[in-house]
Amino acid sequence: MSDITLSVQGLRKVIGKRTIIKDLSFELKRGEVFGFLGPNGAGKTTTIRMLVGLIKPTSGSIHICGLDISKHFTKAMRHLGCIVENPELYPFLSGMDNLRHFAVMISGITQSRIDEVVQLVGMQDRMNDKVSTYSLGMRQRLGIAQALLGKPDVLILDEPTNGLDPSGIREMRSFIRFLAEEEGLTVLVSSHLLHEIQLMCDRVAIVSKGEIVRVDSVEALLSSEERLVWRLDPIDQGKAILRELTAIVNETEESVTTSYIEHEVGGWNRRLVEAGVTVLEMNRRLPALEDLFLELTGGESID
Amino acid sequence: MINLVQNEMTKLMGKRRFMIIAIIIIVLLSMFTYAQSKEAESILERIGTTDWRTELQQQIVDMQNRLSSAGQWREQFQIQIKQSQYYLDNNINPAQPGAPTFIRGFVQNSAELFLPLLVMIIAVDIVSSERSMGTIKLLLTRPVSRFKILLSKYIALILSVSIVIFLFGSLSYLVSAVMFGNQGWSAPVLTGFSSQGGELDISGVRLVSQWQYIIQQFGLAWFISVVVGTLSFMLSILMRSSAAGMGTMLACLISGAILSNMVSSWESAKYLFMVNLGLMDYVSGSAPPIDGMTLGFSLSVLAVWMLGSLIVSFTVFMRKDIY
Repeated sequence: MSDITLSVQGLRKVIGKRTIIKDLSFELKRGEVFGFLGPNGAGKTTTIRMLVGLIKPTSGSIHICGLDISKHFTKAMRHLGCIVENPELYPFLSGMDNLRHFAVMISGITQSRIDEVVQLVGMQDRMNDKVSTYSLGMRQRLGIAQALLGKPDVLILDEPTNGLDPSGIREMRSFIRFLAEEEGLTVLVSSHLLHEIQLMCDRVAIVSKGEIVRVDSVEALLSSEERLVWRLDPIDQGKAILRELTAIVNETEESVTTSYIEHEVGGWNRRLVEAGVTVLEMNRRLPALEDLFLELTGGESID
Repeated sequence: MINLVQNEMTKLMGKRRFMIIAIIIIVLLSMFTYAQSKEAESILERIGTTDWRTELQQQIVDMQNRLSSAGQWREQFQIQIKQSQYYLDNNINPAQPGAPTFIRGFVQNSAELFLPLLVMIIAVDIVSSERSMGTIKLLLTRPVSRFKILLSKYIALILSVSIVIFLFGSLSYLVSAVMFGNQGWSAPVLTGFSSQGGELDISGVRLVSQWQYIIQQFGLAWFISVVVGTLSFMLSILMRSSAAGMGTMLACLISGAILSNMVSSWESAKYLFMVNLGLMDYVSGSAPPIDGMTLGFSLSVLAVWMLGSLIVSFTVFMRKDIY
């Protein structure tokens, strides 16, 4: 089997006269965590719903492990596990009954596989309680257990850390890394939080208004957008020197912002000091999603 | 496929739907049996005898007295009088006291509205609840085709209808046997009356045992419930909210009950499903809502409606985008 587990070509969705998704194409490889990053309403969820077969694309194709989902839906779905938005399970059934319910829908799932995934998400103690008594974190875990039942090659998680507390978020993050690195799954994660994506993903697609603005590795994306904020004394002289050396992105009364280029920053600093400018503060800023978006989309803000 | 149906049944059990239905049936039954025994007492008081002939005679006189002021019910009364007279002439007690007679009356009165209502409790949210809970997203992303998922739900619905009818039958037997005794299963009942333009046609009348009659009634009640269940099932797919589906279906059923009493001159109303739900009346021999309607006609109209809503259900469900 090839290394490409999920392939999307020219995906479009038109509702009425509006084109919601415009020609998305991307490919995911085995063992990689791929982030889908965009503001609310950018089309992340619509895209994910098309990937899992809940919405029919207007045109374009989706292949999971080489199987076209519009032609071989059930075979393709055999390789896919997913949680779309919140992990909604049957509240009036116990955790175990929920898993059994979904297990019988996949051929060849035994009780021992169910026990295995329960073990994997660490839910052994609560499986016989009704889901209505679970906390959100536990539901999220049960949701993942459900998604992993069929030993999928591709795992799609829509906003997996939504509503979790900080420790839950950290746990989820390391779990997702574990699945990709140790189990060789392809994981597609959507989020509107850059920070989240940055800690979890190998590659990122930035989506805005139904289009992929950019696909890149996390490092490449971040370094090109990283900023350095300088506080200098005297500020005017400092600004003049920096302006000669690099482009100034932003300036205020007290500070100057330039881009951050690792191997050159030291040189800039030396030049300032040699010219008698006191460097009060050099603050490296990771780009806020806000900035990144303004940059990449030319003005679309995040709501 | 069996697994999927089992899943659906587990969910219905989990929602305790059958328990609710059983409770409703028991509460209503105890009310009806109590009312019935009260009525028997008051008749005894009024007529002073337990002889059914005197009682039936009295009923006929009552109806004849009301005939002049009956208005649009006139025809109905005339047929009833003739029927009672026929029973009297042939020396057959139409209301042999006992559990079977009670069940017969109870099914007769429940089939059109009460049983369909019970079925709706199950049918109306069998799909829409998955949508409102959000679990439909999990259900439709399994390696199972949408057709199979919907089919399993429909089979579960048919099973549930049968369970409801069974619950209804066995509970009413239990309660009424305790209240009225378990005799009268082979009591003779006349069936096959038909009426044409207010005239009672007795050419097809034949005598059957009460238990045969009751089985026939339950068969028809089952069919009515399946039809109403299928229509609710369609609404459950078309409408996102269970309450809206329930309301729509309820409006249809009630309008059917009202229409049946006033559409006698609106000929084409006989193709509406809700006017055709009174299958029981054909068996007992009351006048149909519109002249010329027969049991066979109503059964075919209902079957066509059922088939139509099944086609709509499956086409919509298999194409629908889930947001």
